[in-house]
Amino acid sequence: MAYETVIGLEVHTELKTHSKIFCGCSTQFGSEQNTNVCPVCLGLPGVLPVVNEKVIEYAVRAGLALNCEILPFSKFDRKNYYYPDLPKNFQTSQQDLPIALKGHLDIEVNGVKKRIGITRIHMEEDAGKLVHAGNSITDSDYALVDYNRTGVPLLEIVSEPDLRSPEEAKAYLEKLKSILEYIDVSDCKMEEGSLRCDANISLRPVGASEFGTKAELKNVNSFRSVQRGLEYEELRQAELLDDGGKVIQETRSWDEARGITVSMRSKEQAHDYRFFPEPDLVPIMVAKEFVDSVRDSLPELPDARQKRLSEQCGLSEYDAGVITASRAMADYFDAVVAEGADAKTAANWLMGEVSKHLNNENVSVADCPVKPLALAHMLQLIDKGTISGKIAKTVFEEMWASGKDPEMIVKEKGLVQISDVSEIVAIVDAVIAANPQSVEDYKAGKQKAIGFLVGQIMKQTKGRANPEMVNKLLVERLG
Amino acid sequence: MDLHQQTIEALHAALSNKQISAEELTQDVLKRIDAVEASVKAYLTLTPEIALEQARAVDAKIKRGDAISPLAGIPGAIKDNICTKGTRTSCASKILDKFVPPYDATVIEKLAAQDAVMVGKANMDEFAMGGSTENSGYHPTHNPWDLAAVPGGSSGGSAAAVAAGEAVWALGSDTGGSIRQPAAYCGTVGLKPTYGRVSRYGLVAYASSLDQIGPITRTVTDSALVMNAICGYDAKDSTSIAADCPDYTKALTRDIKGLKIGLPKEYFVSGMDADVEKAIYQAIDQLVALGAEYKEVSMPHTQYALSAYYMIAPAEASSNLARYDGVSYGYRGEGNDIVSMYKTTRSEAFGDEVKRRIMLGTYALSSGYYDAYYLRALKVRSLVKRDFDRAFADVDVLVTPTAPTTAFKLGEKSSDPLAMYLQDVCTIPVNLAGVPAISLPCGFAGGMPVGMQIIGKPLGEETILRAAYAYEQEHDFAARRAPLGEGK
Repeated sequence: MAYETVIGLEVHTELKTHSKIFCGCSTQFGSEQNTNVCPVCLGLPGVLPVVNEKVIEYAVRAGLALNCEILPFSKFDRKNYYYPDLPKNFQTSQQDLPIALKGHLDIEVNGVKKRIGITRIHMEEDAGKLVHAGNSITDSDYALVDYNRTGVPLLEIVSEPDLRSPEEAKAYLEKLKSILEYIDVSDCKMEEGSLRCDANISLRPVGASEFGTKAELKNVNSFRSVQRGLEYEELRQAELLDDGGKVIQETRSWDEARGITVSMRSKEQAHDYRFFPEPDLVPIMVAKEFVDSVRDSLPELPDARQKRLSEQCGLSEYDAGVITASRAMADYFDAVVAEGADAKTAANWLMGEVSKHLNNENVSVADCPVKPLALAHMLQLIDKGTISGKIAKTVFEEMWASGKDPEMIVKEKGLVQISDVSEIVAIVDAVIAANPQSVEDYKAGKQKAIGFLVGQIMKQTKGRANPEMVNKLLVERLG
Repeated sequence: MDLHQQTIEALHAALSNKQISAEELTQDVLKRIDAVEASVKAYLTLTPEIALEQARAVDAKIKRGDAISPLAGIPGAIKDNICTKGTRTSCASKILDKFVPPYDATVIEKLAAQDAVMVGKANMDEFAMGGSTENSGYHPTHNPWDLAAVPGGSSGGSAAAVAAGEAVWALGSDTGGSIRQPAAYCGTVGLKPTYGRVSRYGLVAYASSLDQIGPITRTVTDSALVMNAICGYDAKDSTSIAADCPDYTKALTRDIKGLKIGLPKEYFVSGMDADVEKAIYQAIDQLVALGAEYKEVSMPHTQYALSAYYMIAPAEASSNLARYDGVSYGYRGEGNDIVSMYKTTRSEAFGDEVKRRIMLGTYALSSGYYDAYYLRALKVRSLVKRDFDRAFADVDVLVTPTAPTTAFKLGEKSSDPLAMYLQDVCTIPVNLAGVPAISLPCGFAGGMPVGMQIIGKPLGEETILRAAYAYEQEHDFAARRAPLGEGK
C-alpha cells in the first residue's frame, strides 16, 4: 500500500545566556563537573527559583522570528518525574500557557516551497548529566551526576505535524537552526547538545485524513541522524503495516552505530507528569511595549536577506539561499561587497574556494583567516586584470596560510598578470614557431590543438599571461 | 521574674541600660533549657555555642557604646524547617536527619543583621504537616501549661519554647494555621503575615502557595518587633511583595475607636468548645467597650475551605517533597537499582502523615483526576478569597476563635487524622486567601489558654496588631506564665 508520512518535530535549544534560568550560576560549557552549581540549581531544601529575564527576552525573540503570537500572560508549570539527574524530581516548564503560540517557518525541498506550522514555544530548565561507571548503562555498578547543566535555559519549539518526508524534516531543522543563529539566542551546537531533536513519525494510507499511530524518536543528535532515523522508521512502519501489523505508540531511540531504531518505552510505561502551576513563580506578564522593542531589535532574517541578495545584488535565488543559510556567511558576504567587490564574483568565491578551505580545515566562517577586506582586495585585483582567476587561487592559498595582503603576495611572488600586448605577442610567435605540427592540426580543423598551444604559452609565462589576450592573439596569428 | 520570662521589649531596655549583659541573658535562657527541656522537649537541636558567641558580640557593641537594635542579644528559637547555615535543619524528618544547609534563609540573614541570638532549632510536625507536633520524626513536644497536652502544631516546638521560657521569641511557619494554633494552645502571640510579606527563601517548602514565616512571642509588641526584623521584599523570592515595611510598633496606639469588626458566623460552629466560645465573645465585648463596632458577616464558602486545603496543600507537598530521594543528600535506603533505592529511602524515612499527604497529593494531580480535584480546589480557593474581599469591603478586621478547642491530650487525636485536621478549621481559610492574622490569648478554659484570631486585609498587619495590642493592654493574659517547674 502507498503511505503518506506524517512528521512533527520537538526541538530543544539551549539559550546562550551567561547565567542559568532560575539562578545566577554560569552556563559555561565544558566546566569541571559540579562547579557551576548553587543551592538553587541543586534544588536544595528551602531554595526558590527566580526567573532570568534574559530568558524571557530570548523566548520572545525566538517567538517573533518564528512568526508566533506572544502571550501577554503565561506561566510556569511543574512537570513531575523521578530521575537522578533532576535534583528536584520535577522540571519547571510551561504547559497550558506557553510564552509563544501559532507560528510558522518556510522551507524549500527540491525547489518546492512549503510552510511548516509552529505549534508552540515554551521555556524550561535543563536537567543534569549522568555519568555511568563501566562501559554501558546496563552493566555499570554506579552512576555519578554532573549538575553543571541543571538549570541551563532551554526553549522547546514544537512543530505542527506538517512535515511529509525525512528530507523535509531535515530542511526544517536546518532552517530553524539558521533562524536561531540569526537572532543570536543559541549557538545551536548539536555536538554540545545545545540543539536537540525528538521526532514524532506516523504513516497513513495516502488520502486518509486520520493520523496513524506514531512513534517518538529520541536521541537524534545530528541533522543526518534525524533524516536517517526517520527514513528507517518510514520503512519499519510501512513493512509492519503491510504485514497487517500495528504500529504501537512508543518512544524509540536511534542507534547511530547500528543504523536502526530500538524501543525505549511503550505508552503504558509513559509518565504521568502531574503538571500543575509552579507555585514558587508568579505568572509571566509580557507587555506589548516590550514585544515591540524586541521586534525592533530583530536582525534581517534569512528569508528577507535571501530576497535582498537576489534582488539587489543580482544573485540567483539558489546562490542567495546558500549564502544566507548561515548568518556568519551572509555577514561575510555583505562585508566583502561593502568593500567594493563585485557581488557575483564574491558569491562564487564564497561558495567555491572559501567554503572549500573552511570545510577542509574545519574552520567556521567567523574564524576565517582571510578577512572580508583582504578578499575584497583580491577580487578587485582580478577585476583590474592584475591577476588572473587562476593565479588568484594561488594568491588565496597564500593569504589563507600567511594572512598577508593580496597585493603584497602578488608583488613578492611576481604573480602580476602579463597584459602587455607586445610581450605576449612575442611569446605567442615563439610557441607557434616551435610547434608546427599543432599549427597544422589546427588548420586542418582540430580545435583541440589550440588548447595545447595555450597551455604551452601559460607554461612559459608561469600562468601569468592574460588568458583572454593569449586566446585572441593566437586565433589572430593562426588566422 | 527571671530574665528568660521577660519580653523582648523589657530585655532590650535592660541591655541598653547595661542592667544586664547579653551573655548573662543567654546563660539564663540556656539554664532554663537545662531545667525544663527534658519535660517540654521543644528543641531538636540546641546551639549554645552559637548563642553565646552572638551574645558576646552584642556585649562588645554595648561596651563600645554602639546603639543596639531591638532584637540584639535576645535569644530566640528557630523552627527546624528554616535553613540555618552550618546548623542541622531536619524538618523533624529522618530523611533530612543529617542535613546541614550550606546557606541561611533570608529571615536568618535579617535576624543576624539585627544581632539576634539563636539558641536552637525547634521541634515541629515532620515537614510542617500536622496539628500537634506528635508527627515529629524524633519526639513529641509537650505543652508547658499541661505536659500531658499537645503544644499544637506544626510550630509546636517554637510555641512551647516561648511558653516555657526556653526562648524569648521564636519563628514558626504557617501553612494552614501552624503558627496561630500552637500559639493559641500555648498562650502566646502568633502572627501569620500576609503571603509574600516575609521571604520564604530558605523555608523548606511544604505547600509553597500557602507557607509563610512569622513570629511567636509573649506579647503583641514583641510580635511587632520581630516583624520589623523579618519583613520585606526579597529578590530571591519571586512571590515576595515589593512594598516597604512600616515600623509595626508605631501601630500600637491602644486606639481602636471606630474600628469595624466582623464576626463571620460560619466560624462559630457547632462542635466548638463552649468555654472557648465564651472567651471569644467576652473578648469581643471588650473590643467593643474600647470603641470598636461589630457586625455579623457571612463567609459562605468557609465550609469548603478545609476540603480545598487538603487538596492543594498535599498536591504541592507531593511535588515539593519529591526531591527527598536519597540521591544527593539526606537519608538513603538500600536498593539494587535506582527505583528500589527511591522506594526504600522514602518508605523508611518519611512518617505516616507525610506519606499520607504525598499520596493524597499525587492522586489529586494525576491525569484524569486533576480537573475533579486540584482544579476544583483552586476554584474553591478563589471563592474563599472572594468571601474575604466581600467581608473586608464592610469591616476592618474579622474576629474568630483561633481553634475550636484548647490543647488536647497527647495521643488523643493521633489515630484520627480527620479529627486532627478540624483543629485548623478556623485558620485554614486565612492561608487560602493569603491575608494576615494574629492569635493572642483571650482567657483560659479549664486552666488552658484560649486563643482569639484577628484577621486583617492584605498587608493589614498594622491594623490587626493595633487591635490585638489594645485588647492585650486590658488584661494580664500576656503576663501569665505556664506553671512549669514552679512546683507543679
